[in-house]
Amino acid sequence: MKLIFERSQPGRRGGEPPRYDNLPRVDVPDELSRAEPPRLPELSEPEILRHFTALSNRNFGIDTGFYPLGSCTMKYNPRINERLVGLPGFAHLHPHQEEDGAQGALELMWRLQEILAEVTGLHAVSLQPAAGSQGEITGLMLMHAYFADRGEDEQRRKIVIPDTAHGTNPASVTMAGYEVTPVKTDPRGNIDVDDLRRKVDGHTAGLMLTNPSTLGLFDENIEEIERIFHGSGALMYYDGANLNAVCGISRPGDMGFDIVHINLHKTFSQPHGGGGPGGGPIAVRDMLEQFLPVPGMVRDGDAFRLDHDRPKSIGKVRGFTGPFGVFVRSYAYIRSYGPRLREMSEVAVLNANYLLARLKDTYDLPFDRLCMHEFVLSARWLKREHGVTASDVAKRLMDYGFHPPTVYFPLIVPEALMIEPTETEPKENLDAFADAMIAIAREAAEEPEIVKAAPTSRPIRRADEVKAAKQPVVRYLFDEHPSRVQEPAGVTPES
Amino acid sequence: MAAQESYPDDLKYHTEHDWARIQDGEATLGITWWAQDALGELVHYEAPDEGSTISKDESYGEVESVKAVSDLIAPLSGEVLEVNQAVVDAPETVNEDPYGAGWLVRIRIGEPPEVDSLLDVAAYKKVLEDA
Amino acid sequence: MSFLSLTDADREAMLAEIGVDSVDELFRDIPAGMRFDRALDLEPPLTELELQRHLEALAARNVDTTKELSFLGAGIYDHYVPAIADAVLQRGEFLTAYTPYQPEMSQGILQAIFEYQTVICELTGMDVSNASGYDGTTVAADACLIAKHATGRSKIVVTEATNPQVRQVVKTYARGFGLDVVEVPHRAGATDADELASASQDAAAVIFQQPNFFGVLEPAPDLAAAANDAGALAIAHVDPMSLGVLEAPGAYGCAIAIGEGQGTGNYPAYGGPHYGFLAARNEFIRRMPGRIIGETTDLDGDRAYVLTLQTREQHIRREKATSNITTNQTLLALQGLVTLSWLGPQGIRDVGETCMSLAAYAQERLGLELVFADRPTFKEFAVRVGRSARDVIRDSRERGVHPGYALRRDYEGLDDALLVCVTEKRTPADVERLAEVLHEVAG
Repeated sequence: MKLIFERSQPGRRGGEPPRYDNLPRVDVPDELSRAEPPRLPELSEPEILRHFTALSNRNFGIDTGFYPLGSCTMKYNPRINERLVGLPGFAHLHPHQEEDGAQGALELMWRLQEILAEVTGLHAVSLQPAAGSQGEITGLMLMHAYFADRGEDEQRRKIVIPDTAHGTNPASVTMAGYEVTPVKTDPRGNIDVDDLRRKVDGHTAGLMLTNPSTLGLFDENIEEIERIFHGSGALMYYDGANLNAVCGISRPGDMGFDIVHINLHKTFSQPHGGGGPGGGPIAVRDMLEQFLPVPGMVRDGDAFRLDHDRPKSIGKVRGFTGPFGVFVRSYAYIRSYGPRLREMSEVAVLNANYLLARLKDTYDLPFDRLCMHEFVLSARWLKREHGVTASDVAKRLMDYGFHPPTVYFPLIVPEALMIEPTETEPKENLDAFADAMIAIAREAAEEPEIVKAAPTSRPIRRADEVKAAKQPVVRYLFDEHPSRVQEPAGVTPES
Repeated sequence: MAAQESYPDDLKYHTEHDWARIQDGEATLGITWWAQDALGELVHYEAPDEGSTISKDESYGEVESVKAVSDLIAPLSGEVLEVNQAVVDAPETVNEDPYGAGWLVRIRIGEPPEVDSLLDVAAYKKVLEDA
Repeated sequence: MSFLSLTDADREAMLAEIGVDSVDELFRDIPAGMRFDRALDLEPPLTELELQRHLEALAARNVDTTKELSFLGAGIYDHYVPAIADAVLQRGEFLTAYTPYQPEMSQGILQAIFEYQTVICELTGMDVSNASGYDGTTVAADACLIAKHATGRSKIVVTEATNPQVRQVVKTYARGFGLDVVEVPHRAGATDADELASASQDAAAVIFQQPNFFGVLEPAPDLAAAANDAGALAIAHVDPMSLGVLEAPGAYGCAIAIGEGQGTGNYPAYGGPHYGFLAARNEFIRRMPGRIIGETTDLDGDRAYVLTLQTREQHIRREKATSNITTNQTLLALQGLVTLSWLGPQGIRDVGETCMSLAAYAQERLGLELVFADRPTFKEFAVRVGRSARDVIRDSRERGVHPGYALRRDYEGLDDALLVCVTEKRTPADVERLAEVLHEVAG
């Protein structure tokens, strides 16, 4: 398919910004003035829309079909939320508006904070972080501030992370100036508590854990883990990526966690948008409230205001008060469930266990337990016996009309397939997916070439990622661009 | 394309999967077959500057594949005499010939006693069994 | 519940397949002490209609730019968002897709981001752009980390005339990065290149904003030269809507160009979500944070787009990642791409010229003393209103006009200073109205 630049024709344009007569003409000083115009696309509006429509036809979203990416919680994104976020009172509200002109926005944020405090079982919330990983680094900065306030920051340099952790966790630890102490997972899929006891001491600042873990398993030793960390004076950080499993069933604050980030784009339905936006608000135990990013929020009877007077705050991690449009959607979503968020989690867990039951005799199950909202299988038998890998299975699923699950994560399971159906999938979709996975396992044994050549029904075959890394071409190079695409004019581009 | 698994007898090894060929106060360094196999086809070699100093057990550069980036851990300390430009230009050379054409740097050995702390091929193979 | 499809028959059949008697049994691994034993203390569920009424009531209590004639800018801008940008974003195949880790399922998003990377490079004169950062503040922190690794130095110099929130976020991150941040004061609304040069010895990077927070055009090529002479990376924080009339940072010696993309394609939306952009010269490609899309071919030799250089990102390098960013701002960047495509090279030049003309017209009509006289400006300028700017804002708003931003919120000695922003969405009649109101309420 052509790039939009390849469809450009000199002199064409989409829209025209307003021009007014009789206004002063202003010239930019020569030394600051643009010499060459930027080579932006030149198309009429109808052709721009056709181009992006064609691109959308080459893309698969939750709206298209089943999307069981483990750890991503690809649930239905309610369309009412899109209507609500477009209300002029939200979309056209300037963030520097005086507080008396933004009371509706401030109230919405306040209520969302209260809700998140209740769901997590903690006391104070900041909505500022723009994504889960930003929530993580904010949480780590809070740890620094807390220990510095107690004169312990110099000696506490280590954060414990399980070997099943998502890659953002160790990256966040490093960005925050801490060191990673890895801890092993035991054969039941829990943190190895003996290994943990050896590694936690007065030099430990905290733990970063998601529970249930990336294996989809609830850590059975969580009470002992809490004793170990709090006993050493360390803090506990909860990565909320898997909160969809336990809303209203078990709260991270009750598990002992002191800082929690929530992924609004996972549990609370903010659409993923092909990569973002998201929201990563954090909830904290009361002794950490004073360190939260500034501004905080204060309620005075019926009025809400922003409070910049937080002398112990870590500062600011993002502009303004955070991604407000994401708050609107998540708030609306939560208000449409209320206390029935519990049912949301129950069905998520039921759906996952059902799919696990259907698949565990066909694929290798590394940890033989009931799962939570997701589970991990291994394709290592297929690899050993037929040379078919998890990646091959993923590609072949595309030909069956499904988005593949997460592959090769967590790292401790070879040929991992991490599957999270979510609660919005009906039973027949789960059955169709299980049937496809079973069919592919059979194909692997009987006709492995078909699996290894997949996909054949998507807009492209498998792409050469080595070439992309060796000779990076990261923008259109106009006359020097290395490739050309043949497309007859006047024909709607193929999807 | 990729070489057959091998660990030459005449080389010294380091637990971080590097090898050293020692000759007349100089050492030629590279990564072992196991390392290139774990990484997959290399796409980039971030080499140190010629004339710079490298320190034993510390990173002296990076190699990168599609899947992963790996620090190159120096088995010995010394001054970089030569960087293998052929690998900079074609990193996949390391996969094809990790001990020959795929050498990474040649150094003048700074601390001769460090050579004694390196592993021989039998000890390195033991490391691999436990990996 | 309309989003759940589960029927009683479904539940029975599924529990039987799993081999348990109840849904409750599925949670048996949770220790008794960890079970939440009451209902969540949340208000009862709302139907879709009730939800709409409730949110409409909240929205109605906000005074947005459709209710009040606004001249607010200061980092977030009310530029025109074309209808086509909304239309593209509502396509479910974009809206509800995940990060494109499986290229065969995601060619639409991958190619769109490749096009976005191209337009950002074109605007900024750089070689490589990432797929977006969280906003215009966090990309500044990202750029500091690139500079630290590239130079081995740990001092960051930033101009006082750079957006206060950008400076605040840089300082918040600097601690964890092991960086010291030094600010260079503005002199009558702009930055002195010699002063910047002295401060930049041993700096890893120098960050300046163009146009700066006061709307003033900085001597950007001189500031970049000062940074380069000191061996520091020159980092320009720029307004994309200005880059049809102002020179690209890549053309005057900058290493990195960053900024807030909101004004180009996103609504103000009370501060977000928006998108930050970060583009750099080719030598920094392996140090770039965030995702990068690259072009390649597939098994049939056809053109294909993939995430590339992923080894830099959090999910492979883990402790050594160039950043921890996972979720970014793709959808908002896509809106920016559509808007820039709709404008084209002529349109972005027109927007810039119209904003400048309207702003110049406003300066004339207001007849108020300029805070920074004799400085060229773009679409914003600072005037003295003769008494507390906050009081003037309050009194103007009673007359249905928001006249601008009170600079005393961030700068000493500017209690009577108002930063007025005029975009192409304002008309000459709007400017007249502003002048009328300010003549009534100014001191």
